[in-house]
Amino acid sequence: MFGADRVARIIAAAVFFAVGIIADLRFEYELAIFGAAYAIVGYDVLLEAAADIWHRKPFNENLLMAIASLGAFAIGEHMEGTAVLLFYQIGELFQDYAVNRSRGSIKSLMEMMPDSANLVTPDGVVAVGPQDVHIGDAIVVRPGERIPLDGTVVEGRSMVDTSSLTGESVPRDASVGDAVLSGCICVNGALTVSVTSEYEDSAAMRIMSMMDEAYGRKSRSEDFVTKFARYYTPAVVVAALMLAILPPLILGGAFETWLYRALMFLVISCPCAVVISVPLAFFGGIGGASRAGILVKGGNYLDALAGVDTVVFDKTGTLTEGVFEVLSVHPVGIEKEELIRLAAHAETDSNHPIAAGILRAHAGETKRSNVKGMEEIRGKGVAAFVEGRTVVLGSSCLMEEHGVRPIPPEEFGTAVHIAVDGAYVGYMIISDRVRKDSAHAVSELKRMGIGRVCMLTGDCERVGRHVAEELGIDEVFTDLLPGDKMAIVDRLIGEGRKVAFVGDGVNDAPSLARSDVGIAMGALGSDAAIEAADVVITDDMPSKVSTAIRISKRTRSIAIENIVFALAVKAVFLSMGALGYITLIEAVFADVGVAVIAILNSMRALRAPRVRKHAEEGSGRALPKDPAALMQEHI
Amino acid sequence: MRYAYTLENLGCACCAAKMEEAVRKIDGVRSASVVFITARLVIDADERDIGDIERSAAAAIKKIESKVKLKKV
Repeated sequence: MFGADRVARIIAAAVFFAVGIIADLRFEYELAIFGAAYAIVGYDVLLEAAADIWHRKPFNENLLMAIASLGAFAIGEHMEGTAVLLFYQIGELFQDYAVNRSRGSIKSLMEMMPDSANLVTPDGVVAVGPQDVHIGDAIVVRPGERIPLDGTVVEGRSMVDTSSLTGESVPRDASVGDAVLSGCICVNGALTVSVTSEYEDSAAMRIMSMMDEAYGRKSRSEDFVTKFARYYTPAVVVAALMLAILPPLILGGAFETWLYRALMFLVISCPCAVVISVPLAFFGGIGGASRAGILVKGGNYLDALAGVDTVVFDKTGTLTEGVFEVLSVHPVGIEKEELIRLAAHAETDSNHPIAAGILRAHAGETKRSNVKGMEEIRGKGVAAFVEGRTVVLGSSCLMEEHGVRPIPPEEFGTAVHIAVDGAYVGYMIISDRVRKDSAHAVSELKRMGIGRVCMLTGDCERVGRHVAEELGIDEVFTDLLPGDKMAIVDRLIGEGRKVAFVGDGVNDAPSLARSDVGIAMGALGSDAAIEAADVVITDDMPSKVSTAIRISKRTRSIAIENIVFALAVKAVFLSMGALGYITLIEAVFADVGVAVIAILNSMRALRAPRVRKHAEEGSGRALPKDPAALMQEHI
Repeated sequence: MRYAYTLENLGCACCAAKMEEAVRKIDGVRSASVVFITARLVIDADERDIGDIERSAAAAIKKIESKVKLKKV
């Protein structure tokens, strides 16, 4: 749309324009030369303006420019009338170029959808649309291709580039049995993948529709500029009218002087610079965040993130890996293996992470038919009939509810007590590893001036405190049931705090929804979390919470810079124009020049996180400055 | 159902806002958003209405910026 013809027109008009200025011609010739330049560069603006009048759509940019430039011709200012349209077109060209560049970089983020899949059929491999592939089908992904659907690798081995989903630049190794997500790129090998999701539910599709919604959800400042534009243009146009009529009548000055100043008002009255600059800053911020593996669901959430002063982490699966291991077993009057066997059977149908750990610890098979009436007691444990016996396992408080007195464990970790037919048979110690990144995440938040960093957990106080101390978290709430978490978030909000809640989404949906900004982590697989959260971190790095806040603060300041700059320039030029200190040419700068500068400024929002990411990696590993230490790292 | 379109040659941000308003006013449209930067229009409407809506939307958009073309994704 800004092809060669547009540039050629501008150049041709500029030549005529230059001739008109340099050559000392008679009035009629000068009028003809400027008129030619004007027609070449501005005929489309005039046509659009005429069409706008036809459709009764007033106060359009084209119309304003047409009136201003024609007005200038009418009062004998040919040179300036031509200059208005010439510079306006040059400015538009720059503006389009800048917009297109930022559009390009944001779009590339959205182009993760492959348009075909290589389906394995009895007659060989056939290319089909990804929507024609269904769960259980096998597809082939060749080197360099994008994985079209989520699935499990059944054959082959390849490095997989997950950067479009997670922002992680180091490719991951995928071989038989590994789950791979759509949108990732197969780098160096061919994979045969057994599809586990329909096209509509695939990770890439989900991100796409999320981004679609995100760009549509406007921040407060975007709403402000839209409303502002609605009043600004008519107000300035009315002011221009009054400027043309009142002063000559009252002060008795020359009519043409004031008409000229009124035309200047028309040129400056276009709100485009302001309207375009703020959303662009937010798009940049959202785009930049998604590059870093942080999906923000809308400008309003990016806005809200900047104001967060309290970050609440859920412990399990967020600050810790959420993968539980049975560390030790302490049977009381029962064989150790039997204890594990009964526990594993009772947990067969539970999808709690602790259950997964217990099942892993059980060497033999579990027979589902031997288990009846499994009941999950949220936040406490489970009860079930295993081979006709009542098995209850869970927290010490659950034991006491069943009239059993548990032994207080000596070891560190989460204790799961077990009672069979109302008799206590011992406990297991289960523990979860703290993520490597967690301590860094907390210290970064504190360094940024986040006043309160809290941790919530269903674990007992001893375990919770231990983890909190290790991470440097000063406020911890323990022994919580899932419902309690939301109550705490509620209370903090009630205290007037701006709360971000960070959870892994398994049973945090209410807290995610209740908090000012709900952040779900590593949650591409969980629908509930994606629904409830406002921000989704696509991998398992809690430190991205601080990255997200930093991006949002930066975006917000860029947006504010843009608004203030655009408004200030317009205000200055309007007042100087009214007093007659500037010419039409400078007024054009106040319009398009400001827009271009604001757009360029907005593009910083898109670039920001990349730089940050490097900085982060550096500080994450506590860059050793000492050469000896560097050497050691190499060895 | 949500229907997505691209707006080819969308050049001006103010027009995008006007288009959004115009599309929202079409009968049967539950919600609509025009995003300038991605040049995308997303309409939420019933399947049986979408044909009519599409035609009205294309016309309304053309009225605002004549060179813009509506294309289904």
